[in-house]
Formats: sequence, C-alpha cells, structure tokens
Amino acid sequence: MTILSALFDKFAQSKKNQVILFIAYVVLTGLGLFLLPDSTIAFLLLLFSILILYYLKFNLRVKWVTGIVILAIIVPFIASHSDSYQTYMEVGTLVGIYCAMALGLNIVVGFAGLLDLGFIAFFAVGAYSYAIFASGQAAKFMPFGHYPLPGGTFWIFIIIGALVASLFGILLGIPVLRVRGDYLAIVTLGFGEIIRILLNNMDHPLNITNGSMGIASIKPPNFFGITIGNSSQFYYIALGIFLVVIYVVRKLEDSKLGRSWKAVRDNEIAAQAMGIPLVKTKLAAFAIGASFSGMMGVVFAAKQMFVDATSFTYLESTMVLVMVILGGMGSVPGVILGAAVVIILRTQVLTNISDWLSQMSTDYGIEIPAALSPEKMQLLIFGLLLIIFALYRTQGLIPHKNRKVDVELLKKESAAAALDREKVTSGGADS
Amino acid sequence: MLAQIIQNLPQVLIDGLTLGVVYAVVAIGYTMVYGILELINFAHGDVFMTGAFIGATVLFLMLGMGFLAAMPALIVFLIVIVVAGIATGLLGVGIERVAYRPLRRKNAPKLIALITSIGISFVLEDAVRFIAELKTGNYIVTAPSMFNHKFTLDIHHIMPFFDNATFQSSFLLVLAVTIVMLVSLDLFVNKTKWGMAMRAVAQDRDTASLMTINVNRVISVTFFIGSALGGATGVLFMIQYGTIDPYIGFILGIKAFTAAVLGGIGNIRGAMFGGIMLGLLEMFAAANLSLITHGAMGAEYKDVFAFIILILVLIFKPEGLFGKAVVEKV
Repeated sequence: MTILSALFDKFAQSKKNQVILFIAYVVLTGLGLFLLPDSTIAFLLLLFSILILYYLKFNLRVKWVTGIVILAIIVPFIASHSDSYQTYMEVGTLVGIYCAMALGLNIVVGFAGLLDLGFIAFFAVGAYSYAIFASGQAAKFMPFGHYPLPGGTFWIFIIIGALVASLFGILLGIPVLRVRGDYLAIVTLGFGEIIRILLNNMDHPLNITNGSMGIASIKPPNFFGITIGNSSQFYYIALGIFLVVIYVVRKLEDSKLGRSWKAVRDNEIAAQAMGIPLVKTKLAAFAIGASFSGMMGVVFAAKQMFVDATSFTYLESTMVLVMVILGGMGSVPGVILGAAVVIILRTQVLTNISDWLSQMSTDYGIEIPAALSPEKMQLLIFGLLLIIFALYRTQGLIPHKNRKVDVELLKKESAAAALDREKVTSGGADS
Repeated sequence: MLAQIIQNLPQVLIDGLTLGVVYAVVAIGYTMVYGILELINFAHGDVFMTGAFIGATVLFLMLGMGFLAAMPALIVFLIVIVVAGIATGLLGVGIERVAYRPLRRKNAPKLIALITSIGISFVLEDAVRFIAELKTGNYIVTAPSMFNHKFTLDIHHIMPFFDNATFQSSFLLVLAVTIVMLVSLDLFVNKTKWGMAMRAVAQDRDTASLMTINVNRVISVTFFIGSALGGATGVLFMIQYGTIDPYIGFILGIKAFTAAVLGGIGNIRGAMFGGIMLGLLEMFAAANLSLITHGAMGAEYKDVFAFIILILVLIFKPEGLFGKAVVEKV
C-alpha cells in the first residue's frame, strides 16, 4: 500500500502527469454526471475539480482560464442533459450569490477584524431596492414615473444596489465605529434586526415595502431583448459578478487599503500610531463589504421574483459568518470554499439525507421521528461547526497566507536606489 | 393625548415592572461574565430559555405524578425553580469548560470566543427544540397555568385621572422571587469571601491569582451563579407568560444585554437598574407609540426602540449610567 502511494506521489509530482490526472478526473466525473444525470454526487464531484485545480502547480493564468472554462462551459453543458438541470443551476447561482456575500463579510471580519452580525441587512437593502422599482410597488408612493421599470434597468440596478448598500454601510459605520470591539458585534446585530423590522412594517403610513406581505411579481431582467427567467441564465449573471468580486478582492488584499485593514485588525492602537486613519479605513471596509452584498441582493430579488423580510433574518447573517469561519478568516479561496460547502450542505446534502431517511422509514418500517430530519437540524449542525472550528481550527479549511516578500531582492533594490540617489546628489554637487 | 397616556400609566407600570425584573436578572448574568472575562456570553439568553424548558419539564412530571393536587402550588413552584436553577447553573459551568476555557488557555483573540458563544447558543436552541418536538410533537410549549388569580387595582377610585390596572398573582410571585434573588446576590458579592474573590478577579486576574485565589474556580462559580439566576428567571417567565418556545432566549438575551450596557457593564446594581428601566421604557413604548405618532408606528416597533437605546448608550455614554469610564492602555 505504502509503495503504491509513494509511486503515486512520484507520479503526481511531475507537471505533465498532473495535467493528465486532472483532465482524467474532469472527464471521468463529467462522464459520470452524463451517464447518471440525476446523481447529486456526480455533480458535486465535478464541482470538486475546482478545488483540485486550486492545489495544482500550474501558473496562475492557466488555472483561472481552466476554472472559468469548467464553470462556464463544461458544468452547464453536462448538467443540461439532466432532468434536474434547473436545480443544479439554481444551486450554482446560490453558491455564486453567497460566495460574493461571504467575500464581502470576509473584508469586514477577516481583513478588518470587525465582527458584523447584521450583514444580511445590506443584502436586504439591495434586494428591496430592485424589488420596489421593478414591480408595481413604487407606483404606490412615488408621485412621478411609470412603474414597474423595464427589465433592462436590471443592469443599472446592480450598480445602484451596490451604491445603496454601501451608503447603508457608511450610515451604520459612522455611529458604530466609535464603539469598542466586542460591542460592535451586538450593535450590528441590533442594526440588522432594525432593518428587518422596518422592512416588515413599512406599509403604513406610506406603503414602501408592502409590509409582511412582501413584494411579488418582480420583473425579470432583460438582456438585449432576451428575458432572463430561469436559473440556468441567472447562473451566468451570478458567475460574472462573482468573478468581478474576486478580482476586486484580490486587488484590494495587497493594496495599501488592504494592508491597513490587516494592521487595524492586528493592533488598532499601533496602526493608529503608524498614521493609518482608523475611521476612514474601517468605513471603507464596511462600505466595500456591503456593496458586494447589495449587488447580489439585486440578483437575488430578480431570481426569486418575490422578496419579503423572512429571507433576511439573523440566522442568515450568521450563516454567512459560518461560511467565513469555516473557510478561514481572511483567506479568499477559503471563504469561497466555505460558502460553497455551506450552500451545498443546506440545499443538497441535508435535503437528500432527509428524503433518504423518510424513504427508509416508509420502505422498511423503521420509525424515524420527523424532529430528527437533518433539514431541521441546521442550527445544530452549523452551531457545532462554529464551535469546532473556533476551538480547534481557528484558521479554517484553507488558512490565509500573507504575500511573501523576498527580503534579499528588496535589499538589493533599495541598495540600488540608494546608489542612484547618491549619484544624483553627488552629480549635483559637482556642477 | 397626554390625558390618555396618564390614564393607562398604572397598567404600563405593572407590565413594565414585570418585564423589567426579568431583564434585570438576565442582565446580571451578562454583566457578571463580562466583568470577569470581558466576554459577551451570547449563549446566556439561551441558558435562560433552557431554564424555562427544564422548569416546564419538571412541572409536567410533577403534574403527572399528582404532586400538584397534593401540595400547595407555592411549594411545587419552589421545587421547580430550584431544580431548574441548579440544572442551568451546571449547564453554565459546562459551557464555560467546553467553550471558553480552552480559548483562554490558548490566549485566543476575543473575536473567537464570541464566535464560539454564538455556536453554543445555536446548539442549545436546536437541542431544546429537538427534545421538545420529540416529546410533544410541537416545539411551542404551553405551561400548565398556575397563580392565575386576577387582581384589580382600584386606583381609579382614589385618583380619577388613572385607569384601573389588573394583574395576576404570578406578578407578585415574579416580583417577590426576583427581589429575593437580587438582594441575596448583592449580599453574596459584597459580603462573602467568594464574592470578594469574584470582585478581585474582575479587577485584575493575574494579581488575584498571586493572592492565592483559584481564578478558574472563581470563573466557574460566576458562571454557575449567573446561569442559575438566568434559568430560574426562565421559570418565572414561563409562569408569567404561559407559552415558551426555543427562540425566546435570543431577543430577550439581546435586550438584557442592552440593560446591562445601560447600567454600566460589569456593574451588578447597574444591571438591575438598567433592566427595570428598559422594561418600563419598552412597555411605555408599546402602549403609547401609536398614540404619540398618530398611528404611524405601532407596538411592533418596540424592539426597534430597545435597539436604538442600545446604540445611543453605546455611542454617547459607553460606560453606562453607573459605570466608570475605562481608558485603554497600550
């Protein structure tokens, strides 16, 4: 056995073999899904190839292109042969939406170290901003304009949703950031609840959100005359925004702002002493984190075609937090993995196990009480995950890595720069 | 409008006081733990809820065995509250052992301890829901009614600008029990040796350990007392309001925390005062908000009201009404 695994290690070391193995894996799982179109496991295994890709030793650009090809072409193509095509794509869309949100929360919690327990409020703000104007709701309180707005405005609303959400982020941030670290958690929790209660009750005196009835019949988006109505089309919107979000986050992480966030997280007072403007840095974290959430809120509202306040509870906020903790605070690939795991667990695995259990009890007469159904056990499962990861693996599934700096190279560069400067000054003295 | 507000003031006072003492006792649990560990114990609200469910279980057991008919209701009640208190006290000690002590040993950042406490609160909620649903088929439990004799306070007769107020005998019970709990806790903290040790650990954990105080044991005792008081209050809540569900602890916990912050966190007397004040304010808002705003905002905004108080206190007077301002040293 050990000889075999050693042989495998040796085989997998070389780049060429890695390529062969990876392609073989994708083809195999793709074939699996093709032949067993209703098997969730085959679908999940195909998605798993993205994680394998992350650990392979290719150069970065090749990895990105391969990943996008798999997600944008191979997965939808193979899944389209299945009866549960829309279900798979729905899961894909949800994963995209929550990945972007988790990346937003990762900026606030992971980079800047501010625990936000009301993060779903920004998602709600984004969702309602599209829902109100793309349905008849706006006509109930707006004195001018024709509502609902046409589906083509969806694309503008993605940006408006981001802006409105970041505005709310700043509005929350200004009073809250004067509050000391651990109070922040409870204040943001209160903020999230306030937003939810407001959305649930703003049907009188002025009917803005239609109260607990929610807003129904939201117009689907329109892409050059094509109405985007089903999950397989929304999948591409979610994927597109998700890629933009990853790009922005990766750029931000090593930028001046990103480094200031990490400095504030590690030691606020020392960071302040180094000249980092605390309030501005924290506000930026809130605003940028919230804007990702707001964008995805717009997509969510358009996809569901119905919003009400029950989608934006405290449980949802903590679910996004679970994604960040599970994946690893501050680690971009980790958070994406965390979001994918949580969503797939919630929408696919738990429901499948529940179905299987109820099947068992009808087939074999084994009495399994309804209270035990794993679908209902979500709180317990995610609570345990939170505890276990906080206690035993604080850094999460994929720990975050700081960018490595080559000290020798830096020294050489600075020495060269110093030499140049000396030349210039001495040259100046001569003339 | 003013006349109307004054008219229902006696009823508001009674309802507010009932709610306020519940907040006060739960707030003590938050404030004691925060005073010693500087940790917001999110799970405390759910310890309160667990206390209510344990109380209901014991009550149903005794009902089944016919104790309720054989004994005066007051003795049954005392047995229930003591059992629930001890059980939740032990639960609190267990939570501290499992979730907080390992982190303290590792010197982990505070953020991590907060996250474990959220996890614990989820697990408690779901475990209780699971057991209740398994046993009764429904997770909302209605307690057998006790102490439901109605009294009418004939205040209108004496002072005609007030309306009459009504209350149940359970109101008196809640008031009496909480006052006994609050006074004995105050005596315990200020007069006994254990209380002195607790205050010492709250001031400076390292120096206290040099003075031969067993810090870990003091922390355990603190968790025991805080959780036992919370659980006992859960029983009171069940008797006063009748129905309980596994999710009552969350909102009530946040409000109790608000009360603790209002009174100055770490300050036990402040927490008592803050709880009663928050209860009164909330009931006042619930009764009069729609009157004041001419129907634009109804009683459903009373939770918003509590959160706004929390935010305002934290911004303008983060040390609370009775706390001392702390200067952070490098």
